Amino acid sequence: MQSMTSAALPATKPVDKHLPGDLAIWFFILAELLAFAVFFSAYAFARASHVEEFNLYQQTLDRNLGALNTLLLITGSWFIVRAVQAAHRDDIKAVPINILLGWLCGGGFLVVKVIEYSAKFGAGISLSTNTFYMFYISLTFFHFMHVILGMVILTVLWFQARNGAYGGHNAHGLESGAAYWHMVDLLWIVLFPLVYVMR
Amino acid sequence: MIAALKNSAHRAWLVLMVATGITWYLGEVGAAGTGAIVAMLVIAFVKGRLVILDFMELREAPMMWRVLLEGWLILVSSLILLAYWISLK
Repeated sequence: MQSMTSAALPATKPVDKHLPGDLAIWFFILAELLAFAVFFSAYAFARASHVEEFNLYQQTLDRNLGALNTLLLITGSWFIVRAVQAAHRDDIKAVPINILLGWLCGGGFLVVKVIEYSAKFGAGISLSTNTFYMFYISLTFFHFMHVILGMVILTVLWFQARNGAYGGHNAHGLESGAAYWHMVDLLWIVLFPLVYVMR
Repeated sequence: MIAALKNSAHRAWLVLMVATGITWYLGEVGAAGTGAIVAMLVIAFVKGRLVILDFMELREAPMMWRVLLEGWLILVSSLILLAYWISLK
């Protein structure tokens, strides 16, 4: 109970500096982010010495699908935030529903990416076509693998959540998986403008 | 609706969706060169920061982790900017 005198002070939440989830997942996320930082820089610096080639072939990418995939990952991330928030307020039934919705957004991302890849591979484009396509395919495919791993993690979380594993008493595992899923989103937020739009 | 926007995650989602639309639009109109590159990097930075603070919930986390993740975003944006600046010379 707060005393009357403190009511005049601006409302401040108690300072609770805590890292969501497991410490180990954050070190793992940091390692992944650093790997992608190297790839993003490699792309940008390779472009600096092949500007015309990169600008020309970037035009062949489907920006609409790239943007749609950004919306899917952002919304997928948002559903997982909702799952974590539901666990914190002990709304145990809402947790698996939101995890499933987040998983479906990830699935949508994969479907869109496969459509995009089949158009490119169907046109005979491969890793060895040129430097731009080498970066486009390897960067997006490496990210694609991370979406798949994220969805495997979400599948495990969904099974656990259906058994009522996550609630106000325990959201630790859920928070760890959520952090990884948000990292996949964060990476695409940099990758999309870099590879599809910036010129 | 107003109540929903009190939730920082819902606000972040809305901003992220709109910001993605802006980046897409810049591509559609063929924006290129220094101004366009800086604008897109600023948008990506704002979006990345929202994911870090409101989705990953690092706003209330120990300062070290905020600095590490936001620092990553600054590092990546700076390296990309440097490479694009070199390409414009």
